[in-house]
Amino acid sequence: MHPAFSVLVFTVMSGAGYGLITLMVLGHMSGFAPQEDSVLIGGGVLALVMITVGLLSSTLHLANPKNAWRSFSRFKTSWLSREAVFAVLFYPFTLIYLAGVWFQGVEVGTFVALCGLVSAVLAMVTLFCTSMIYASLKTIRQWNSSLTPVNYIALGLMSGSLLLAAVQALVAGELAAVQLQMAMGLLVLGAVVKVVYLFWIGKPAGSTIKTATGFTQASVRLLDQGHTSNGFLNNEFGYTVEANKLVRLRLLMLALAFVMPFLLLLAASSALTVIAALLVIAGLLVERWLFFAEARHVVRLFHGDQRT
Amino acid sequence: MRLGLVVDLDSCVGCHGCATACKQWNTSGTIGPLSDKAPYGRNPNGAWLNRIRTYEVDDSPNSKTVHMPMSCMHCDDAACVTVCPTGASYKRSEDGIVLVDQDKCMGCNLCSWACPYGARELDPQEGTMKKCTLCVDRIYDEKLPEDERKPACVMTCPTKSRVFGDFDDPNSEVSKLVRERAGKQLLPELGYNPVNTYLPPRNKPVVEQYQPASLKDTVKGWVNKVISR
Ligand code: SF4
Ligand code: SF4
Ligand code: SF4
Repeated sequence: MHPAFSVLVFTVMSGAGYGLITLMVLGHMSGFAPQEDSVLIGGGVLALVMITVGLLSSTLHLANPKNAWRSFSRFKTSWLSREAVFAVLFYPFTLIYLAGVWFQGVEVGTFVALCGLVSAVLAMVTLFCTSMIYASLKTIRQWNSSLTPVNYIALGLMSGSLLLAAVQALVAGELAAVQLQMAMGLLVLGAVVKVVYLFWIGKPAGSTIKTATGFTQASVRLLDQGHTSNGFLNNEFGYTVEANKLVRLRLLMLALAFVMPFLLLLAASSALTVIAALLVIAGLLVERWLFFAEARHVVRLFHGDQRT
Repeated sequence: MRLGLVVDLDSCVGCHGCATACKQWNTSGTIGPLSDKAPYGRNPNGAWLNRIRTYEVDDSPNSKTVHMPMSCMHCDDAACVTVCPTGASYKRSEDGIVLVDQDKCMGCNLCSWACPYGARELDPQEGTMKKCTLCVDRIYDEKLPEDERKPACVMTCPTKSRVFGDFDDPNSEVSKLVRERAGKQLLPELGYNPVNTYLPPRNKPVVEQYQPASLKDTVKGWVNKVISR
């Protein structure tokens, strides 16, 4: 699949923002994390900015954005529609929660606390809907799996936990041990989930050029695709990366998104925690790029690929 | 009704006539225009609703060239419709035709991702999704003579390799062809239940191949011919 930059930015930024708000609210409500209203406000604003930038960026890949408002209308069947509805619903609850913290400080009232919890739940639900847009496509075997939502949610929480630790370092000026441990735990979880995914897509499976053309008892080769220059289908689905470049990018992703941030967190320094958070975002952009570039749509079979 | 097409892979000669007729009819039809980008440039690109691809099936000496025209299969379980967030894509309950409402589409491409058959192409100028309409603006047009109430591609095919009809009616021409010629669906494992069906090529006798004889045999045969005279 062609990796559209706007979609990469959207999924990484909004995923991190939703992860951040969820972990922050849960930390606040459970009383585990250090309680400071300036950190809560800082984290909340950062999450809202990242989510909003992501959502605006996602509209950039629409070819006819004037009809974007109609995307709320098929909630019953379409994951994209559900994502849009939950993404919008998320805002009022988060804003009430942040306003509550602003005016009442850390000791918020029941209503504000409730709004905070609802916004944490909506954040995860929205992230789940985003992942289901991809996971529900039977045409792309690399996406059509429960590993896709697991990946999106694990990596969203992981990047959110690093952002939370970074906000704590920047706003409060000191690190919180709980947050560091959580971030390191989620980094390990994220890495495991990603490596499992990479092994899983490496196994040969799915449709072949034979089932695509119906000639299941003979070899089939493409002689002519029927047009002299690339059309929409070639541009959208024909995206191919050389195998050795893929390997290099996979290593880069593992280093940037998981290994280096983990090592930086071991140092337990404020400055290095901020750098670790930035590295994770960069690493996840590579991860999302690979998520698209390695996905092979069945239409490629009609254009001559032997298998997906 | 379940309207759709049967395509005969035995007789299709890959002339691209159906694709051209389709473009001509539909560019001024209900979902028109079908725009082109740089049509006279080095890399022309545009929205077509029908594409013909050519394959070589099996190995020599049994190999066969097969031309495979593909347009929307008007699937019974059309995921292109369920994924659409705007409601622009819809499937008509009365005849099963899958259409895109050009006034509602926001050009998100998701339906083209959900379609296994490459039947949907984004119009590079309009920014909306285009796909085969089964010529819904021909087949019900009572101003046309009755035998012309067929899709443009079916009308134009010089080898009559495309047949239009109702797959729900067991006595329709399409249903009979599917029964008699063991019609096949493409990518059945994905579970879209496409309506359009493909008739596989008939088996033909293998062409005998010229076997070059050795020099000795050639000389012997020549000598025998001369002596017998
Ligand atoms: S062929 Fe593609 S566009 Fe047509 S109904 Fe099936 S899934 Fe939808
Ligand atoms: S491109 Fe148009 S028709 Fe297709 S899913 Fe998006 S809004 Fe619906
Ligand atoms: S039925 Fe009409 S729209 Fe569909 S491929 Fe044929 S000519 Fe084109």
